[in-house]
Amino acid sequence: MDGLKVIKPGIQSLIQDLGRYGYHSLGITSGGAMDKHAYYWANQLCGNDQSASCIEILVGGLQLQAQIATQIAITGAQVSVTINGKPIALWCNHSVQPGDHIAIGYASAGCRAYLAVAGGIQAPLILGSTSTVVREGLGGLNGDGKPLQQGDIVPCQTGKATTQQRTPQQQIPSYDSQITELRMVLGYQQSQFSPSQLKLFFESIYTISQNSDRMGYRLSGQAIVLPQSAMLSEGICLGAVQLPADGQPIILLNDRQTIGGYPKLGSVLSQDIDKLAQLMPGRKLRFVAMGIKEASVIASTVK
Amino acid sequence: MSQYPKLVTASENSVIIYFSEQPSATTSNKIAYVVETLKNQLSNQLIDLVPCYASLLVIYNSTTSNYQRIEAQIHSAIDSWQPQPDKQTVRHIQLPVYYSRESGPDLERVADHNGLSIEQVIATHQQTQYTAYALGFAPGFAYLGELNSTIATPRLATPRYRVPVGAVAIADRQTAIYPAPSPGGWNLIGLCPTPLFNINRQPSSVIQVGDSLSFKAISREQFLQLGGCESDLGEQP
Repeated sequence: MDGLKVIKPGIQSLIQDLGRYGYHSLGITSGGAMDKHAYYWANQLCGNDQSASCIEILVGGLQLQAQIATQIAITGAQVSVTINGKPIALWCNHSVQPGDHIAIGYASAGCRAYLAVAGGIQAPLILGSTSTVVREGLGGLNGDGKPLQQGDIVPCQTGKATTQQRTPQQQIPSYDSQITELRMVLGYQQSQFSPSQLKLFFESIYTISQNSDRMGYRLSGQAIVLPQSAMLSEGICLGAVQLPADGQPIILLNDRQTIGGYPKLGSVLSQDIDKLAQLMPGRKLRFVAMGIKEASVIASTVK
Repeated sequence: MSQYPKLVTASENSVIIYFSEQPSATTSNKIAYVVETLKNQLSNQLIDLVPCYASLLVIYNSTTSNYQRIEAQIHSAIDSWQPQPDKQTVRHIQLPVYYSRESGPDLERVADHNGLSIEQVIATHQQTQYTAYALGFAPGFAYLGELNSTIATPRLATPRYRVPVGAVAIADRQTAIYPAPSPGGWNLIGLCPTPLFNINRQPSSVIQVGDSLSFKAISREQFLQLGGCESDLGEQP
């Protein structure tokens, strides 16, 4: 099938959908688009299903050549995008013609951009999902977990020309706040941490470290003293804030290990993981505590 | 009154059930029952389940359900538990392991830590019938318990960058086999040539939760005949 030919894959470009579910009990993680808000809008602008496969572009550098006439939309990180050298707007759909050259620059704010194609990218479903999890060797164009490579053809159907759609301005995040606030539900082992350590955690500002990826974001800052009680390994959910032996928090994300044995304070709200997924190493954040009652009201409105 | 079972919030759309303080046959029986019951009763409200030693993480759809409703459904599932007859035949799996210094770079560390000879470590590791308590960490990685306390050894201070496929490893009172190359901090004591995970096979994992496992020593020649890889022998970076 024709589609979009990869001229340059950029830093890392991955096929992603909503993720792989129902297989955690085999040790298989969920994967899926890290910033679900930007992913949602990329599909929405192309008239796609909410679970259609997109390309998640880390930082930028992806260049594609269209082999078909279709519609594309790019959302998320602030990247410059050109079609045949002519700049085009993000958060809005565009027609492309066979032979068109699509070039995505490097992000000036945010770090993940999403490229959707009308009708969705056609990639094999591996356990119900196209999501690429490199560590597990699952998903992506050939189902083997490889990121996009030079010369790959990303298969897409021909899409009808449609009127231009734009994401409403108030739905477009800025990605440039000095300190990002992440709301988190208290849970897991939080009651075993001392009140003074909890206070310290919520008063502190943490910096995202270099060793941050789709598996987890490692933070550096105020070390938190762990509870002394021993614990058995247990299931880890999306956004769980884990405190390993050195007391520096790790926020576990889409490609996380399914089971782990370090104490956790609770989990970041999924809406705020969308924000976190756009933060580069070096950016700062703080946590805001929330109870499950309040969090579940917010969660019920998640798209 | 016992504080178990205990339901604790994990996130905006997940709750973790703690069944007991320590793993046991009864706890495993309850977890298996609650997994089946929730799968049957909540199908479209469930996103995923993560059973482990003595807990079960329940991830639900926060737009079609909410924590009060899920917690009520979990309580009713737990309350309806009656000891389930054990699977008529617990599956027993015996896996071949090439134990040696060249296939198990931490054999000496495990021996030194416990004041044993390498031969004693190898013999002790083969004496136990292990139970697969959970699959997790990576696809097909089975947590096996309980390791004889005389060879229990803490994790490495600094995890290895790469552990080869089939590495048989020890951490505290657990043992496991790495189904694929990955970083890892467990003590490596041997290599198993049997492929353990293949997404195109049904079931994809050779080891299932509840299986009984034992290990049998093989020679270097047998390891290579059974498909073991010579380049995995020797110290890993």
